[in-house]
Amino acid sequence: MNIYPDELIKNAKYIATPGKGILAADESTGTIGKRLASISVENIESNRQALRELLFTSPNALSYLSGVILFEETLYQKTSDGKPFVEVLQENNVVPGIKVDKGTVELAGTNGETTTQGLDSLGARCQQYYKAGARFAKWRAVLKIGPNEPSELSIQQNAQGLARYAIICQENGLVPIVEPEILTDGSHDIKKCAAVTEIVLAAVYKALNDQHVLLEGTLLKPNMVTPGSDSPKVTPEVIAEYTVAALRRTVPPAVPGIVFLSGGQSEEEATVNLNAMNKLEVLKPWTLSFSFGRALQQSTLKTWTGKKENVGKAQEIFLGRCRANSEATIGKYTGGSAGKLASESLYVEGYKY
Amino acid sequence: MSCYKGKYADELVANAAYIGTPGKGILAADESTGTIGKRLASINVENVETNRRALRELLFTTPGALQYLSGVIFFEETLYQKTAAGKPFVDVLKEGGVLPGIKVDKGTVELAGTNGETTTQGLDGLAQRCQQYYAAGARFAKWRAVLNIGPNEPSQLAINENANGLARYAIICQENGLVPIVEPEILVDGPHDINKCADVTERVLAAVYKALNDHHVLLEGTLLKPNMVTPGSDAPKVAPEVIAEYTVLALQRTMPAAVPAVVFLSGGQSEEEATLNLNAMNKLKTKKPWMLSFSFGRALQQSTLKSWAGKEDNIKKAQAVFLARCKANSEATLGTYQGGSALSEGASESLHVKDYKY
Repeated sequence: MNIYPDELIKNAKYIATPGKGILAADESTGTIGKRLASISVENIESNRQALRELLFTSPNALSYLSGVILFEETLYQKTSDGKPFVEVLQENNVVPGIKVDKGTVELAGTNGETTTQGLDSLGARCQQYYKAGARFAKWRAVLKIGPNEPSELSIQQNAQGLARYAIICQENGLVPIVEPEILTDGSHDIKKCAAVTEIVLAAVYKALNDQHVLLEGTLLKPNMVTPGSDSPKVTPEVIAEYTVAALRRTVPPAVPGIVFLSGGQSEEEATVNLNAMNKLEVLKPWTLSFSFGRALQQSTLKTWTGKKENVGKAQEIFLGRCRANSEATIGKYTGGSAGKLASESLYVEGYKY
Repeated sequence: MSCYKGKYADELVANAAYIGTPGKGILAADESTGTIGKRLASINVENVETNRRALRELLFTTPGALQYLSGVIFFEETLYQKTAAGKPFVDVLKEGGVLPGIKVDKGTVELAGTNGETTTQGLDGLAQRCQQYYAAGARFAKWRAVLNIGPNEPSQLAINENANGLARYAIICQENGLVPIVEPEILVDGPHDINKCADVTERVLAAVYKALNDHHVLLEGTLLKPNMVTPGSDAPKVAPEVIAEYTVLALQRTMPAAVPAVVFLSGGQSEEEATLNLNAMNKLKTKKPWMLSFSFGRALQQSTLKSWAGKEDNIKKAQAVFLARCKANSEATLGTYQGGSALSEGASESLHVKDYKY
């Protein structure tokens, strides 16, 4: 008997507050290593701690965030003053979240398609994370577009994995963010991406229904609907139109909020696209917000370069991006926030977290 | 790979949206010959073509009624009938701003190995039939799938079969210019409580929308005709506000916003019950990204039928009763129904017939 429904509904709704969004700071040790390497910083615990402290203590930035996704190591880390990160977040009305999947493994007999692992003892792990202060979780399923992809097997496996993960989270007090990422890699056009997104999301919501997941206590973290990485770009308004149409066709209104992933988009692209969606004059029964990793941190990282003297400047950059995306969630972003670095594409082919 | 984008796409979207116009709804006048025979028998009227025609003429020519209707569902025979003065019914509707619709299913057959569960037939040659109906003026269609609640029902087989049938029907309709009304009726029969009905309704609707997606149906060019979520017929009744809450919640959890409108069936509810429940739904303050309206058969016609009793002298009186019910339901779609409308004989009469066969 689930004792958490009211709490799950309340937390999901709060995370979906207009004007706020999620900072995805849940890069695994390996992945954050690549980021640190790109600014010539050593991948050791104190540097990982320093980066996250920079972000979480940026003056005023937290007011634009409703949640932060943490990697397990970070959930238990503290500021250099000894204050647990979780407390820093909680004191600023930011809900701590936790990445709970254990990465992808290939599906035999497919062309490099994957499923996501992490279900073993997930219930027990969720309980521990809840005790440590986490109130939502994240699990990333990955699909791709190709001549024969995504295959029915890949769609079914990833949808079912997401649904099992979701119900286990809910049984243990964590709001599950459901993330079925369809990679942008490829030369397909936006219509293809739209078709695949609609098929995948329909399968996901059928699986959630089969597993008796309480939709009011979940969030969706989908890709935006865009042309493939090797295809000509389109305007934000076109991306907005196709994305919102796909969601209107598949995401039941009971879901309180949709928090987009940024994929390989530059910081500015991601913000401008989100803004266009929120300006679209069509009925949207869920809030449209962000759960950005690279698209919130890239410029900040490049400004910090691991040096203490750069922290203040880097924090200003970070604040600028948070504010820009906050404005985008209410369709009020007027563009051009924080310069050249913000327009750098963050696309990496075959990106592995 | 994506949903239907053929030559009728824009028309389908426009017609589906029109049917969902606030203040309007559907008259389900598609009783098959056998079924309308039972209705006529109840007022001692012979089941011959002229009487069937006379009843429908009474309804369609009721002064002022058509403004409350966005659509009328016909049985095939009626689609080709005319008024006594020789005007095709289809033209009467068109002039009144009402879209003609057509029932296209061919009834239910039992699923072997189940406890009386059924699937619906009618897919054979459906495309050709749709083309003919379109040529005759129809712009939407209806197909009724039936499920029931029991200790082991609805079974996964029944859910899958009926969802698949509805999806095949729906895409074939769209390919031929007809907006498909998707009707997965879960019968009210049984002692179960409202929670059970809610649970089953959510499971069935989720299966239906997955099937529609699998078959590339354009949701913006469809309508849903579901049961309201209520206690079983043998269980204690609950207030309209409770029915409204459970019903809208079930829809929020399963029905994508792309679907423009829901047109509820009345099942065995009395005329007044059906109207009050619809009204309560439209008064509810919660997320409703689709219109909530009606597609009523018995719940629009019962009192009218009794008033008419097959006699020409009663036509005006019967039409007044029909007008009142149309107006009441129109108000219910706006949440402004005050109740107690034209409580003529029969408006509160339960229309539940156990194990109802159309």
